[in-house]
Amino acid sequence: MSATLLLAQLLNGLQYGVLLFLLAAGLTLVFGIMSFVNLAHGSLYMLGAYAAAVAYAASGSFALAILAAMGTALLIGLALEVAIVSRLYRRDHLDHVLATFGLVMFFNELVRIVWGPQPLFVQVPDVLSGTVDIVGFSYPSYRFAIIGAGLLVAVGSHLLIHKTRVGMLIRAGAQNPQLVAALGVNIGLLNAMLFGVGAMLAGLAGAMAGPVLSVQSGMGEPVLITTLVVIVIGGIGSVSGALYAALIVGLVDTLGRVFLPLLLRQIAERSIADAAGPALASMSVYLLMALVLALRPQGLFPARRG
Amino acid sequence: MTTLNLTRPATALPLLLFAGLAAVPFIAGALGQPFWTSFFARILIYAIAATALNLALGYGGLVSFGHALFLGLGSYAVALPAFHGVDSGWVHLALCLLVCGVGALAIGAISLRTSGMAFIMITLAFAQMGYFLLVSLKQYGGDDGLPVSATSRFGPLNLGSPLVLYGAAWGVLALATWWMARLRRAPFGMALRGARQNARRINAIGLQAQRLQLAAFVISGALCGVAGLLLANLNAFASPSSMAWTVSGELIVMVVLGGIGTVFGPLIGAVAFLGLEEVLKGMTEHWMAIFGPLIVLMALVGRHGIIGLLDRLGAWKRARAEVAPALSEGHA
Repeated sequence: MSATLLLAQLLNGLQYGVLLFLLAAGLTLVFGIMSFVNLAHGSLYMLGAYAAAVAYAASGSFALAILAAMGTALLIGLALEVAIVSRLYRRDHLDHVLATFGLVMFFNELVRIVWGPQPLFVQVPDVLSGTVDIVGFSYPSYRFAIIGAGLLVAVGSHLLIHKTRVGMLIRAGAQNPQLVAALGVNIGLLNAMLFGVGAMLAGLAGAMAGPVLSVQSGMGEPVLITTLVVIVIGGIGSVSGALYAALIVGLVDTLGRVFLPLLLRQIAERSIADAAGPALASMSVYLLMALVLALRPQGLFPARRG
Repeated sequence: MTTLNLTRPATALPLLLFAGLAAVPFIAGALGQPFWTSFFARILIYAIAATALNLALGYGGLVSFGHALFLGLGSYAVALPAFHGVDSGWVHLALCLLVCGVGALAIGAISLRTSGMAFIMITLAFAQMGYFLLVSLKQYGGDDGLPVSATSRFGPLNLGSPLVLYGAAWGVLALATWWMARLRRAPFGMALRGARQNARRINAIGLQAQRLQLAAFVISGALCGVAGLLLANLNAFASPSSMAWTVSGELIVMVVLGGIGTVFGPLIGAVAFLGLEEVLKGMTEHWMAIFGPLIVLMALVGRHGIIGLLDRLGAWKRARAEVAPALSEGHA
């Protein structure tokens, strides 16, 4: 086990965590503030990835592709909010699950109708196709860009929520939406805006994941479910919790896949280790979640209330 | 609850449906169309799974988004022993009940520490964990699934025979439905439904809401496992895809479509869901693009399901029967 391997895997874990954070940030606010279970968040990620792939192929500009992804996800998110989601806020969670489950089925099939079942492949943009060398250790610069963009969003959302008037309203709305509405704030507009921003971040995540993963129908669901794990670990409704939990989950998953089979081989027989290693690694994130829930059901970094 | 009222459409129709389902193998045999026997066997099996989910979801108010896990575990409780040469149905059944019961106990005990939204996500995550576990077990087929080399044998009866399997599925469903009907009036069922409406009150009168919910979750998981056992015998195949999260979603849709918390809702929902799926599949390969919006619509319109519709039909007819004579008397 060399130091460079460890460093590379740490960075891979960080990059996966950052991607998870982009999805979790929007979703945890929708969960925490509107108390809305949105399974279609993964579909917005998928639509963002497709929009980016199409725009990149047409224009050749990765910046345009990212803009297209964010714009598409924002518009579709807002349309969903107005047409469907806003009607369901007052209903119970089962209705949310049903409606968004139906939406996931629809979007996955829609994508299959338009682009077919074959995955699209997106090239890494030329500017970022090289590697960055740090004292004899090289790492793809595109992955560094993902980490940078994710951290930028983390700082931006922290400033938005804690330093601006809108952020104050968001925090107030999380605690008591009726009271905020009674003070003359258009809480419906605030909700719609928040949902739209969450969708936009999901689209951004999709666009950035495109060159790393393959763009295909149903790509949103595995990452959505991992995002749900992140939100539960971080504490529902807490953006900073989502950031820490996303990084933890990203590192645990990535390092677990690489090092758990190696570790097991040291303590168990090779045949057992080869069988149990991958199984254990694929479950590690969920085991972590079960552990956190057993000890702290409210999550590791719950949003402060009251 | 009142006693069985056969004039209620919401009771009479499902009973007719049960009788009709009992006749399916004979009709299919007479017509020489064995496809229909296996198609309706699938409906019966999903109806069992939906009935199991209804116990947790409808009676207990636990929105479990991970019941496909038990369906999958039940399937592998047949496929794994069969892979190692054990074809005794009793072993399969015992393993299925044990694994699903213990699994549901562990998952329920952890998940019930939370409620509402977190409960949904956690049950989903646990099901996903089981899915990835079986995908990564390459020695048992992994992603591709595992063919059932020896179907469950209960003495002279072998679930590999379509007729025996159909009979078993019908019998299990009838028993489960009868039990669910009795449970509505039984103390456990009453307390469970009370806990859904107001857990604090149930605790205040000296019962423990969480224990009741955990018991319901365990029974629900075990029954869902039995559905999985039957499914593996029907397909002669166990696959991680029966544990996919979409299957959990489909089970919820069946329960809600039929009528959540009602006795016959899961059966009606399974018939309607799988029937509609079959019809749409016949029309277009992209049936999900039609089915998805239908589910969204169902969620928006509200959810009393098909049983609710039938009930309203019954109430409307009764009201008309009562109003009509009164009106004519008034005019006379």
